[in-house]
Amino acid sequence: MTAAQGLRLTDPRRSRPRLLVGSEQAWTLTVRSILATARKTDRWAPGLIFPLAMAAVYSSQFARATGLSEFPEVDSFLQFILPATILQGIAFNASNAGTDMATDIETGFFDRLVASPVARQSIFVGRVGGAAAAAGFQAGVHTAIFVVLGVPIASGFAGVAALMLISIVLSVGISGFGLAVALRTGSSEATQSMFPLVFVMVFVSSAFFPTELMRGWYQWVAERNPFTLVVDPTRRLVISGWSWVDLFEALGYSLLIALLSLSLAYRAHLRRMRRS
Amino acid sequence: MTAVVRGSRAGASSLFAVVWMCHRNLTRFARLPAIMVPMIVMPVFFLVVFTSSFDGISRVEGFPTENLINWVVAFALLQGAMFSGVGTAGTVAADLETGFMDRLLVSPIRRGIIIAAPLTYTAIRALIPIALVTALAWAMNADLPGGTLGIVMAFSGGVGGALAIGCFGLGVVLRMGDVRAMTIVQMGSFLLIFPSIGQVPIALLDGWMETVARINPVTNVLRMTRQGYIGDVTWADTWPGLLVIACGIAVFGTWARAELIRRTR
Repeated sequence: MTAAQGLRLTDPRRSRPRLLVGSEQAWTLTVRSILATARKTDRWAPGLIFPLAMAAVYSSQFARATGLSEFPEVDSFLQFILPATILQGIAFNASNAGTDMATDIETGFFDRLVASPVARQSIFVGRVGGAAAAAGFQAGVHTAIFVVLGVPIASGFAGVAALMLISIVLSVGISGFGLAVALRTGSSEATQSMFPLVFVMVFVSSAFFPTELMRGWYQWVAERNPFTLVVDPTRRLVISGWSWVDLFEALGYSLLIALLSLSLAYRAHLRRMRRS
Repeated sequence: MTAVVRGSRAGASSLFAVVWMCHRNLTRFARLPAIMVPMIVMPVFFLVVFTSSFDGISRVEGFPTENLINWVVAFALLQGAMFSGVGTAGTVAADLETGFMDRLLVSPIRRGIIIAAPLTYTAIRALIPIALVTALAWAMNADLPGGTLGIVMAFSGGVGGALAIGCFGLGVVLRMGDVRAMTIVQMGSFLLIFPSIGQVPIALLDGWMETVARINPVTNVLRMTRQGYIGDVTWADTWPGLLVIACGIAVFGTWARAELIRRTR
């Protein structure tokens, strides 16, 4: 049974609320997106393994840097780098959401969905939902591995939940940019080319090293990088302890990124709908 | 276009075949910005990001230089050069997928030439990121106490590293037969270069990383490539790097040739 057949479409004989029907359709498409990711190892493995490999290398290379006076007080470099590992995983996943949407457009599945009586927003929400679910799961796995390796999460279980929540919202934000490119260009190659840009943005932030230890224009850019604004309060939840202010700060900036990217993606979505 | 090698002297015809195939690859390279742009952007990215992001590490006691770029330049240079080696795998994969390789195999060209030509192309291609990183490092106030000999070592290490990875890439791509080989070569080169002395000297490494970096052959190539930026060029820092490059080319080159012969059969 294909995903399109599996959609619970509006039955004209039953007058169910449109919002409910739309939500069901969005859920079905989200599940399709999650299953598509889970079935292809090359989709989820790099986002899971590569950030862990980087964390393993950097925690050995930069362990001595934690002794510098400008470095925040941490248990180990591994504790410092946990938010960066999660952020890298999100970046990998987020590129998948856009690429999958572009592939749907290229293969004609998108047009078949548009031609079917599926709520237009559900198509869009399904993709974003898939990316968010994958990000939440991946953040949970990364955190669990770090905890097993002996990294303490100063804010406890609440902090782990907060990490997952922030990951989900930030993933929606980054996916939104990928979806915007996919819906605008309809090309998976063009969408994939966006990934290096996200990769650069992750590096030019406080993800791997504190901005206090950077210099000149690079420090200026890193301090104003939206990822730094999310990573710093998230890191404080890991190394300092629970703080509502840090949670709201990280969530707030993630939401702002999500609002901006989703509005761009939704505009591209509407434009493509008009063309379809 | 089928390669036709004329001429009575085998040496001259072999040289002609290498030059012709190399020219063909370089033309393709120049016409495809999608290949050129990452090759130019990535080394610049590595140099700027690794120098600026981790600037603070040079303040740790025992770090061999106060100017981090002196340390990182070899790492960025070798990564850029290794990308050229990875690109060779992509070029040969494209030749396999379009059937050009099959036509080469039925033409009267020696098998060694089919291996040597893409490697020559790799060496020429590697000069672009190496020259770019060297110029950028100079612009970013890198020191060069090793002088001209230091530059020679940097270029030799870069081109040598690219050739070794190029041979590895050829072996993988001739084994797998398609462009998926590029991912393996890419991952392989990352896995080789990161657990080494790329960003931090052995003395500052902790735990498993110190052991891995000591036995990692890339450490020797990095030491050879870097020496001119840190101090004087010495034979003690040069020969282990040259040996690793020579062994890499010999082992992977032989494997690539064996894979090519297997493909012919």
